[in-house]
Amino acid sequence: MSGTAKDGSASPIGAPIPRANARRLLSGSGQYVDDIVLPRMLHAAVLRSPHAHARIGGLDIAAAAEAPGVVRVLTGRDVAAICDPYAGILQHVPGMQSAPQLPLAVERACWQGEPVVLVVAQTRAQAEDALALIDVAWEPLPALVDEQAAMRAAEPLHPGLASNICFDRTVEDGDVDAAFAGAAQVVEAEFVTGRHTATTLESRGILADYNPADGQLTVWQSTQVPYMMQWILARHFRLPETQVRVIAPDVGGSFGLKIHIYGDEMAAVAASILLGRPVKFIADRLESFVADFHCRGHSVKARMALSAKGEILGVTVDDVYGIGPYSGFPRGSANEGLQVSNLVCAGYRRGTYRARTRAVFQNKAMYGQYRAVGHPVACLVTEGLMDLAAARLSEDPAAFRRRLFLAADRYPVKLAGGPVLEKLSQHACLDELLRLMDYERLRALQCEGRGRGIYRGIGIASFIENSNPSAATYGMGGVSIASQDACTLKLTATGSIVASSSMTECGQGGYAVIQQVTAAVCGLPVERVKVVIGDTDTTPVGGGVWGSRGTGICGEAALQAGKALRANILAFVARLQETEASLYDIRNGNVVMADSGALVMTLEDVARTAYFRTDRVPRDFQPELMVTRSYAQKTYNGAYTNGAQGSWLEVDTDTGFVRLLGHWVVDDCGTVINPLLVDEQIRGGCVQGIGAALFEQVLYDDSGQLINGSLADYLVPMAAGMPDITIGHVVTPTATSELGAKGAGEAGTAGASAAILNAVNDALTPFQVRISEIPITPERILRAIGRVS
Amino acid sequence: MSATPVSEVDIRLVVNGEAVSSRVPVRLNLVDFLREKLQLTGTHVGCEHGVCGACTVLVDGRLVRACLMLAVQANGTVVETIEGASASGRCADLQRAFHEHNALQCGFCTPAMLLTAADLLEREPCPSRDAIREHLSGNYCRCTGYQSIVDAVDAVACARSDEPGGAPR
Repeated sequence: MSGTAKDGSASPIGAPIPRANARRLLSGSGQYVDDIVLPRMLHAAVLRSPHAHARIGGLDIAAAAEAPGVVRVLTGRDVAAICDPYAGILQHVPGMQSAPQLPLAVERACWQGEPVVLVVAQTRAQAEDALALIDVAWEPLPALVDEQAAMRAAEPLHPGLASNICFDRTVEDGDVDAAFAGAAQVVEAEFVTGRHTATTLESRGILADYNPADGQLTVWQSTQVPYMMQWILARHFRLPETQVRVIAPDVGGSFGLKIHIYGDEMAAVAASILLGRPVKFIADRLESFVADFHCRGHSVKARMALSAKGEILGVTVDDVYGIGPYSGFPRGSANEGLQVSNLVCAGYRRGTYRARTRAVFQNKAMYGQYRAVGHPVACLVTEGLMDLAAARLSEDPAAFRRRLFLAADRYPVKLAGGPVLEKLSQHACLDELLRLMDYERLRALQCEGRGRGIYRGIGIASFIENSNPSAATYGMGGVSIASQDACTLKLTATGSIVASSSMTECGQGGYAVIQQVTAAVCGLPVERVKVVIGDTDTTPVGGGVWGSRGTGICGEAALQAGKALRANILAFVARLQETEASLYDIRNGNVVMADSGALVMTLEDVARTAYFRTDRVPRDFQPELMVTRSYAQKTYNGAYTNGAQGSWLEVDTDTGFVRLLGHWVVDDCGTVINPLLVDEQIRGGCVQGIGAALFEQVLYDDSGQLINGSLADYLVPMAAGMPDITIGHVVTPTATSELGAKGAGEAGTAGASAAILNAVNDALTPFQVRISEIPITPERILRAIGRVS
Repeated sequence: MSATPVSEVDIRLVVNGEAVSSRVPVRLNLVDFLREKLQLTGTHVGCEHGVCGACTVLVDGRLVRACLMLAVQANGTVVETIEGASASGRCADLQRAFHEHNALQCGFCTPAMLLTAADLLEREPCPSRDAIREHLSGNYCRCTGYQSIVDAVDAVACARSDEPGGAPR
């Protein structure tokens, strides 16, 4: 659904309209959590464990409690008294286990950075001063840092668990061993991805305001998921759900970081409940590095068997990753492994398949979903294997991929492990990518450069992206996160529309999506649609934004609500005119004759008649000018989509530096609502994938200390190092909804790292070496080519 | 010598054209002073160690990381924040171009990005795309791919140079 409206005018669906809600942000009048000040508000600071693993032998908070400005010091036991423990277990992941967790450590801290004590004071500075007066008798314990060692450790980290393995899953399809036994060629590598973190510019923050007079808890939080938070706060603090209101104000970046439960934030809520006063907690950058969820950090041994004719006979995958001491709550820390085990080589005729993934407990920071969850790892392994195989067979890597893609006319394809690929457009995306990047010309340039000692490389990555997830992701696992969303539309007295949606906004354009879809379906200018989001008191129930679900699911709910409101308006006008609704249309805010376009009534006339001049409304007719519609994607586990990326770069073999010369993405997200938003969303995702490929990694020493926990030491992509990124589209709308939109949020991140790694290896071909670990630091390049040892 | 350390100091400065006098703790950062004492919340705190650039303001016409400067050091200076630049219209064309190019997502980096871009165009009216990228490289944006920001700044440079008296390109 896109393009032009019935009358031939341009539809807001597909239009590059600047976001209405961006003006505030441009003028500096956005309102993020830390900008909100309430009467009697207090500030919280957190004492964190300096050890990766240590027993709390004693805790003396007396001096801190007496410090200037301090109102309350909360220990783990204080919070545990009013907050029930939690464990991030998905019941539909067989054998998954985790230990119960509390907001503040009680007897033992299990990672460096785990919150231990919360100090609440008049100012943040006073609270931080008081932290220094707390005396903890730490009794350090041996730390399990390396996940391979943790996996083999005889003693589990948590006494109640059988092992340090959170879950162990194997996906099997066909006789893999026989396939490898009969292979003409086998390629293999161990792919390693650095553990990194979302690094949103706005750190996590929460302002909790519990009013003991009416028992109402109001929480402003930098979150993607107000309803999930409402449910969890009500359940774990034993409050009636109706007395918990969660508001997401402007959110300064999220990328999956802000869908998890964090002990420091839960402790701040506990403090507000105990004190009956507003309490604000804002994570600073240094504590963000040790307290935010981390991601990736996989080691994947992978092999591909090839026939003499160059067909793939089989693929094996053995994935191990460390997830910190507890499975993340409430979503669990399984999803990266699930995606890796499902998706390696899934877009290709991969023959037989066996993939094992193990998530391992260890004494590092908490771990969970971050943008593109597992997809970049699966893509890195897949596209790395494809390049190895193409090289072994002396085939052009692009042609090799094209030859082995799943047949374009054979969809849907059910994968071993569960997912169904509704319809991919891999051939079209690759063809468009090669055209955009002028592949043949780049090959010629590469060849010409090599003669002059210039090492340039081309990397290609075809990627698959899950979006519009069904209840298979969380609901079926017993996790109370909505997989449906809803939109309420209300015709106002002046003929505008207020759209209240369970969509949330973290900058990706959720507001604009609801506005444009509503305007398109209801036939009025976008400026006359106001969108209300991010507040459990004023929006319908829904899952919010994560997993590339906002546009596809919340957008479809808006479309269905728009159709219903439009039908109600036309039925009302038809009754007033004593004729048929089918004769009418709504265009540019007016009800008009469908054939001639002649004005019948303005929407303002319609609303005023319904609201103020009910004397003109037939006695037996009640116009309903407020409607709600809901939508859940129930056809597949997710609406899988795809795309292709290309990288063109130069490696300086003296310094090991990589210079990015060009990057291209062709993405198929189905119906595009606003290309302005989609294109920069894909670019932003790409740059995060480039960061993972070249810079980003949280580094731990052997004792479990994070040694690069500042923005000065943990490198993120800045403007200067990044290339211009050309975006192209192939449009294959999903048939699971009328809107046809699929996700675009993961696309850039899913494929960029693989494209970069393949390009670096392509550049280094003359050295006959291959790198299979990211980030590809200068040191790793120089070691690989033997310049340093 | 055991003189009592000074914990608070009176300062006077001009912020966004208004005279301000205040008694501030000596350890108070300029960014916290602006945000908490003056409620100028358009200036953001991203790292508090001078890397991310989100707290960028102008002090006596020069770009400054307000997390690396103490409020007492701003005594006697003229400070401009995004609120002042917005009200004066000084960066209105940049704001419009950022809007049209979708050169922001979450908006947390945006006020500082705008001030930094305005500073570049004042000193170098016709920068190349590489020069724009270089100048903005002290400002971290996690959402966009930076490209739309570069496009927006580039578009404003072009538009300004097309005006009578504009710099040749």
